[in-house]
Amino acid sequence: MRSYTPKDNVQKQSYYNDRFYVTPKLPRQSAYSDSTFSADYLSLKNVVDVKEAYIELDHLIVHIEPQDNIKAIKHLKEIRAYDMMMELSAVDYIASRGGFEIFYELMSISKRKRIRVKTFLKQGEAIESVNPLFRMADWSEREMYDMFGIVANNHPYMKRILMPDDWHGHPLLKTYPLHGDEAARWYEVDKIFGKEARDEIGPEIRDSAAIDRYDTTRFARLGHEVPFGTQISEGNEPDTKVQYQEEDTPEIFGRKIVTPFDEVETKHLEERR
Amino acid sequence: MAQHEVNYLSNGGAPIALTTVDKLVNFGRSNSLWPMTYGLACCAIEMMATGASRFDFDRFGTIFRASPRQSDVLVIAGTLTKKHAEFLRRLYDQMPDPKWVISMGSCANTGGMFNTYATVQGADRIIPVDIYLPGCAPRPETLQYALMMLQRKIRKQPCKLAQKAKRLI
Repeated sequence: MRSYTPKDNVQKQSYYNDRFYVTPKLPRQSAYSDSTFSADYLSLKNVVDVKEAYIELDHLIVHIEPQDNIKAIKHLKEIRAYDMMMELSAVDYIASRGGFEIFYELMSISKRKRIRVKTFLKQGEAIESVNPLFRMADWSEREMYDMFGIVANNHPYMKRILMPDDWHGHPLLKTYPLHGDEAARWYEVDKIFGKEARDEIGPEIRDSAAIDRYDTTRFARLGHEVPFGTQISEGNEPDTKVQYQEEDTPEIFGRKIVTPFDEVETKHLEERR
Repeated sequence: MAQHEVNYLSNGGAPIALTTVDKLVNFGRSNSLWPMTYGLACCAIEMMATGASRFDFDRFGTIFRASPRQSDVLVIAGTLTKKHAEFLRRLYDQMPDPKWVISMGSCANTGGMFNTYATVQGADRIIPVDIYLPGCAPRPETLQYALMMLQRKIRKQPCKLAQKAKRLI
């Protein structure tokens, strides 16, 4: 059995740190190195202000201003035949850059190409919903709102999608603790029993390796089962025999209702039939 | 007219079987445990396999019912999220007494590997649990063993007494 170490604060520990590790950068090609992408890029550049464009892993990536997102995506959809939106979400860069990077992943079935439209949104600002262009954006923008708190303007139903409606906070923010804040840790207790039940139920046991082998109210050891709440200590752990239900059944006319299992008479198969 | 002699004292004397009410009621109860058709995550796949023909829960008298009003057992099969905890409690409250709960798998026991903000860290924070079944996911044989343990537990307790509140209520 592994030795037990308290794991109250797993997130703060850094188990391994390579001082010389350099995050590998993906190779980037010029947007003009692909004929399809260069045509798309030149066409898009006439419509909106493109801050940066390059090809990474066979995707054309364009950075635009957040207020241009509808115009750019509409152009890509209607003129450049990028007729599917695959994904839409955000990345939290609040600590380093003070906002979110929102990305839209588009695909063209006829061209067999993918474009990623990226934009940077400052914290507290709202972005225009792309729901009128792609119905897929309905749930994705709700998820973006749920997880990051980014509001999409003119969305038909701007409401949480994954977390409950009365949830407090936005869980995918990097400032949100993995084990939940105060409201999250007591959410189900507060909602079902009320806040006064917190003392009775107690805090969550987050350390899954913490097992008290003498605690009979939560777990029973196989082969050593005892009734609920029995006090056991070291050396005082009774062995429990395997019991079959026919041993307890009442007798009728000198015979048990269920025929008892006889280990001697039982036929053992040498191999599987 | 010849009188048929009946020796009431010997075993074959009369069509009478002597037993206690407890044993008789518990015999019926423990051999007709009807669980609710209620799956939360991947453990539910194992629960379905247990109910299906290969492992065959029916031979224990265990037949899945589609309503909490007709069920005796609640098998919490899978991860219980905080959003869903309210509904689980409501379903448990809708089940008539006597009722028992099997917490199936690591997630229902302790939250399992989902040590996160969105998962209830053990279903016993919401409803009282009788049998904790470890495993991720437990094999169907293990669920059958858990059911047999529950049957044993039922046979041991007096049937007339109201069920003791196990933890919260």
